[in-house]
Amino acid sequence: MIKIKDLTAEIDGKQILNGLNLEIGAGEVHAIMGPNGAGKSTLSYILSGREEYEVTGGSIEMNGENILEMSPEERAAAGVFLAFQYPVEIPGVQMSTFLKTALNSVRKARGEEELDALALLKLMKQKQKQIGVSDEMLKRAVNVGFSGGEKKRNEVLQMMMLEPKFAVLDETDSGLDIDALKVVSEGVNALRAEDRSFLVITHYQRLLDYIKPDVVHVLAKGKIVKTGGPELALDLEKNGYAQFEEKAA
Amino acid sequence: MSDISNARIEQQTIDQVNALDTYSAGFVTDIESDKAPKGLSEDIVRFISAKKNEPEWLLEYRLKAYRHWLKMPEPSWAKVDFPEIDYQDYYYYAAPKSSENAPETLDDVDPKLLETYEKLGIPLREQEILAGVKNPVAVDVVFDSVSVATTFKKKLKEKGVIFCSISDAIKDYPELVKKYMGSVVPYHDNKHACLNAAVFTDGSFVYIPEGVRCPMELSTYFRINEMNTGQFERTLIIADKGAYVSYLEGCTAPMRDENQLHAAVVELITHDDAEIKYSTVQNWYPGDENGKGGIYNFVTKRGLCEGKNSKISWTQVETGSAITWKYPSCILKGDGSQGEFYSVAITNNHQQADTGTKMVHIGKNTKSRIIAKGISAGHSDSTYRGQVKVLAGADNARNFTQCDSLLIGGTCGAHTVPYIDAKNPTATLEHEATTSKISDDQLFYCRQRGIGEEEALALIVNGFCREVMQNLPMEFAVEAQKLIGISLEGSVG
Repeated sequence: MIKIKDLTAEIDGKQILNGLNLEIGAGEVHAIMGPNGAGKSTLSYILSGREEYEVTGGSIEMNGENILEMSPEERAAAGVFLAFQYPVEIPGVQMSTFLKTALNSVRKARGEEELDALALLKLMKQKQKQIGVSDEMLKRAVNVGFSGGEKKRNEVLQMMMLEPKFAVLDETDSGLDIDALKVVSEGVNALRAEDRSFLVITHYQRLLDYIKPDVVHVLAKGKIVKTGGPELALDLEKNGYAQFEEKAA
Repeated sequence: MSDISNARIEQQTIDQVNALDTYSAGFVTDIESDKAPKGLSEDIVRFISAKKNEPEWLLEYRLKAYRHWLKMPEPSWAKVDFPEIDYQDYYYYAAPKSSENAPETLDDVDPKLLETYEKLGIPLREQEILAGVKNPVAVDVVFDSVSVATTFKKKLKEKGVIFCSISDAIKDYPELVKKYMGSVVPYHDNKHACLNAAVFTDGSFVYIPEGVRCPMELSTYFRINEMNTGQFERTLIIADKGAYVSYLEGCTAPMRDENQLHAAVVELITHDDAEIKYSTVQNWYPGDENGKGGIYNFVTKRGLCEGKNSKISWTQVETGSAITWKYPSCILKGDGSQGEFYSVAITNNHQQADTGTKMVHIGKNTKSRIIAKGISAGHSDSTYRGQVKVLAGADNARNFTQCDSLLIGGTCGAHTVPYIDAKNPTATLEHEATTSKISDDQLFYCRQRGIGEEEALALIVNGFCREVMQNLPMEFAVEAQKLIGISLEGSVG
C-alpha cells in the first residue's frame, strides 16, 4: 500500500530526514513515535506534498504509484489525507462550504459525479452525528474560534467525508482532554477498513490506548530506529527516547 | 531550440489562451453606429443635446458645465498613475443606428443587441424572465451612449414607480428631473462630474412615490462597445417619503488596447423614512496582464439622505477597470438618517484602484457604517480613501469604519487613507484597519483537502469579503463570487 524508501529531505538547507524506510500494508494502522525534532511533522508534510520541504532522495509509493510527482490536491484526490496538528483558520469561509468544495473537488478529480447541495447536506448530517459535531459548528468559519477539541473533531469529520485510502494523523492527541480523545479515537476506529491504512504520529503512548496500532515505529534523528508491536509503545512510555537517540546518532 | 526556450514558448501560449478565457465579456458586437465627430467642443455638446431633442434649459446646463470644465484642473489627490488624457481622442456620442426610432417594445429592438445581452447573461424578455426565476429583475440596458430597452415598465407603472431612461424622463417628467438633477452632485463638483454634466448621453431614472415599496429589483446594465468611445451616463434615483427600492448596476466592455473613458454620475435622494439600496458589480475590461488597455472608471456617486430616518446603502464589488476612481458617498442631512458603504475592490496585474467613501453627518443622531475590503495581486495597487465628517450640529453622530486589506504575492500594494473631521464633541467614531497576506498555511490546508490552488485562493478571498457579499441581492452575490475567482486567475503559483 504505502512504501517509503531511503527518504531524505530538508527544509531551508537543514537535513531532517536521513534515509527513512517504512512500509504500511492495506488495512494496517502504524504508529510513529519519537522525541521532539525527530522529523515526525516533516514526514507528515512530505507525505501530503507541502512544497517548502525538499525531498533530496528516495521514493514514496502508494499502490505502486510515485506520489512525490503529485501536487497536494492530486494526492488528496488519490486518497492521501492529513489530519493537521494545528488546523488552519480560514476566516469568513463557512465550514459547510469548505466541506462541500473539498468533497466535490476530490469527487471530480476521481471521476465521480459531484454532489448537489441536498445530497451533501444529508451526508454531512450523517457523518457529523457520529463525531459529535453540531450544526452550529458547521455554520462557523473554518476553525475560527474552535476549541482545541472542536478543531480535532473537525479534522476527523473531514476525514470521514473524504474517505481517504491513507490517513496520516499528526499528533491528533495534542491539546485534547480525555473525553475529546475518546470521541476522536472512536471516529478514527470507525473508519478502519481493509482498504484503508493509517499512520498515527504521536509523542505519547496515551493515544494508542484508544487507537490500537498493528505496528509501532520509533523515529529518531530522521530515520526509523526500531520497529515492534504495540508493546514497544509501552516500553517507550516507561524508558523514554534517550536510548534511541544515542543509537541514531 | 533548447528545451528551456521551447518550454517557455509553450508556457506563453498557454498563458495567452488563459488570458483570453478570463474576461468572458470581452467580445465586440458588430453593429452600425451613429457617432458624433471625434473630439470635444461646444459644437459637440450642442450636437448631443440636439440628437436628444432636449429642452433649452438642459442645453444651457450642459454649456455652463462645459465652459466650467475647460477651466477645471484634474483631480490630483488619488494614488493612481496614468498618462494625461487626450479628451480630443474620444467619441462623445455613439448609438446603435437601429435605436434611432426609439423601440416601443423588445420586438422592435435590434436582434443583435438582444443577442449581446443574452451572451452576457442578461435576459431581457419579460416572459422568459418571469418563467425562469422567482424574483424577477427589471432592467434598463444602456449600450454605448443610449438606453436601448427597459423592461417591466408597465408592471412598475401600476404601482406608480417610474423606471425609464434619463432621456425619456427629461421628456416625460421634466419637473422631477429639473428639481433633482445636479442637486446632489453639482456640475462643478469635480472635473469628471463636470464633463459628465456637459456630455452625458443616457442613464436610468427612478422615482418611487410616497409609501411604495418597489415590487421588484431594478437594474441597469451598462455596456461600452464602440472603440475610443467614452460612456457618460447619469443615474438619478428618488425615493419619496417611506418608499423603498433596491437597485443594481452591472458593467462590461470589450477587450481593447486603447484606454476607454467612463465618467458617470449617480445621484440618490431619500425623503423621510425612505430607503435606497444601491449595488454595483463593476466588471469593466481591466486591461491585459501587461497593463495595456482597459477602462478608466471615473465615477461620482453620491446620495442625499434629505429626510429624517432615511437610509442609503452602497454596496460595490469592483473587479474590473484599469483605473478605478470612485467614492460613493452619503450626505446625512435628515435627523436620524443612516448611510452605509460596503465595498470589495480587487486589483490584479497592473490595475489601480483608489476607492472609498465620504460620510457627511449633518443631522442629529445620524449613523454611518463603512466596511471596505481591498484585495491586491500581481503588480496592482489598491487604496482605500475615506472621509468621515461630523458637522457642528450633528449631535450624537456615530460612525464605524473597518478597512481590511489582503495582499497576494509580494509585488502589489495596499494603502488605507482615512480622514476624520469631527466638529461635534458628542460624536462616536470607531476605526479598525488590518492588512494581511494569504498564508501558505491556508492555501496548503485547502489543497490538502483536494481543492486546487486557484479555487482555494478564490475560496479564501470570498471568505475575506463575506461581510460585503452578504449585502448583495442573492443572484448578484453568486455572480460576484464567480467574478472574484476569475479576476484573481493567474495570481498564484
